[in-house]
Amino acid sequence: MRPFAYVKPPDVDAALQAVAADSGARFLGGGTNLVDLMREGIERPYTVVDVTGLPLDEVAELPGGGLRIGALVRNSALAADRRVRTRYPMLSQAILAGASAQLRNMATVGGNLLQRTRCPYFYDQASACNKREPGAGCDAIGGFNRSHAILGVSDSCIATHPSDMCVALTALDAVVEARSVRGTRRIPLADFHLLPGDTPHVETALAADELITAVEVPPIAAPSRYRKVRDRASYAFALVSVAAAMEVEDGTITQVRLALGGVATKPWRAREAERILLGGPAADEAFRRAADAELASAVTRPGNAFKAGLARATIAATLRDLTPGEEAA
Amino acid sequence: MRVNGVEEKLDVEPWVSLLDALRERLGVTGPKKGCDQGACGACTVLADGMRINACLALAVQYADKEITTIEGVTPHPLQEAFVRHDGFQCGYCTPGQICSAIAMLDEYAAGMPSAVSDGAPQLTEAEIRERMSGNLCRCGAYNGIVDAIKEVAG
Repeated sequence: MRPFAYVKPPDVDAALQAVAADSGARFLGGGTNLVDLMREGIERPYTVVDVTGLPLDEVAELPGGGLRIGALVRNSALAADRRVRTRYPMLSQAILAGASAQLRNMATVGGNLLQRTRCPYFYDQASACNKREPGAGCDAIGGFNRSHAILGVSDSCIATHPSDMCVALTALDAVVEARSVRGTRRIPLADFHLLPGDTPHVETALAADELITAVEVPPIAAPSRYRKVRDRASYAFALVSVAAAMEVEDGTITQVRLALGGVATKPWRAREAERILLGGPAADEAFRRAADAELASAVTRPGNAFKAGLARATIAATLRDLTPGEEAA
Repeated sequence: MRVNGVEEKLDVEPWVSLLDALRERLGVTGPKKGCDQGACGACTVLADGMRINACLALAVQYADKEITTIEGVTPHPLQEAFVRHDGFQCGYCTPGQICSAIAMLDEYAAGMPSAVSDGAPQLTEAEIRERMSGNLCRCGAYNGIVDAIKEVAG
């Protein structure tokens, strides 16, 4: 690991000033992604600003029924929060489907949002990677790409966004609150992560000197569920995951939210599928038609072509589980 | 930092991991370095009772924490149970497995949910396997590990 200076500011203002004054500085939360990438020599900050001492670790009620989640709430604490389990089941389930108990104890909510979109070629310094070295090329596109994305891809990058939590937050219309010395702004989660385009090294809308301070989730009445399909039963990245919320009245879908993980370069809100589902019948045929519409823009490669069919089936299965009278046993 | 109940004065560079600080500076070699990238769980220790991967933790971040390693929990009923149930072959993952299992049983008792269930009344085999998935065993002693934990959980 390249040597770096370490500072642990006592309050948010001091943290913001530390980063504003130093373009080579990075915020450090639980370290589960950043420390790993620093050890690999991929992330090389000159200064590490440890934010884990800041008072941003509360989950609080918002007027109107939403929740305000501090950026430093640990993933395990958020998944276990009684309000999250009761009112946002898909969020608790998504977090519990990710990583391991040890990593969830360390990882923060802000850090989960900011983990790098990555693939094995990103880690392998002998391979070409536009994300690690802009303009170098992408060895994944013609390489071993079984785990790679089929939605939101570009000629520069096909790496999959790895988070489970962010998929649920996208479906929940969450809003990220970010602060810098220039002020505070609110970024809808759908706009927070960026498509790779021809700048895959730029992954979020956050400026280098901005600190995530909280994530807010508005209330939602519809029952929800997160379903993840992977190569082993636990502790693996998704091949496909689905975060869904659906309300059905007399067989008709009156509310629906759908987001996909494991198949896209960013947490993927399936708006086209939602448009087709809303007002239609809660029936398997409709679920599959909506999935097909969402996946119409998919770009598959020999390694990951199976993901389109798997996504279609997983979307249908998740919506079936949310259909009254069809719930999973 | 306090390590296994003893106040330790340490002067480490900020890039030294908690795992290296324990092993190389303090001679606490129970936590093992397997993958050094948070994938195997051999380095699992308890920080204020919470299980973490010491390889991804910078020692400076844990200066005010109480760190507990396998040395600090010995003797423990889980150790006896691992022996009785053949919960290991080479033994390299065992200190991490046992530290992880201790915290897992505490989490379960505190009503923490898992991907298998939301507060199950019983610690089933599926529940143990899910909650212990952050600890890999390349010898494949999983059946013995599950049996040992099941016995101690009662």
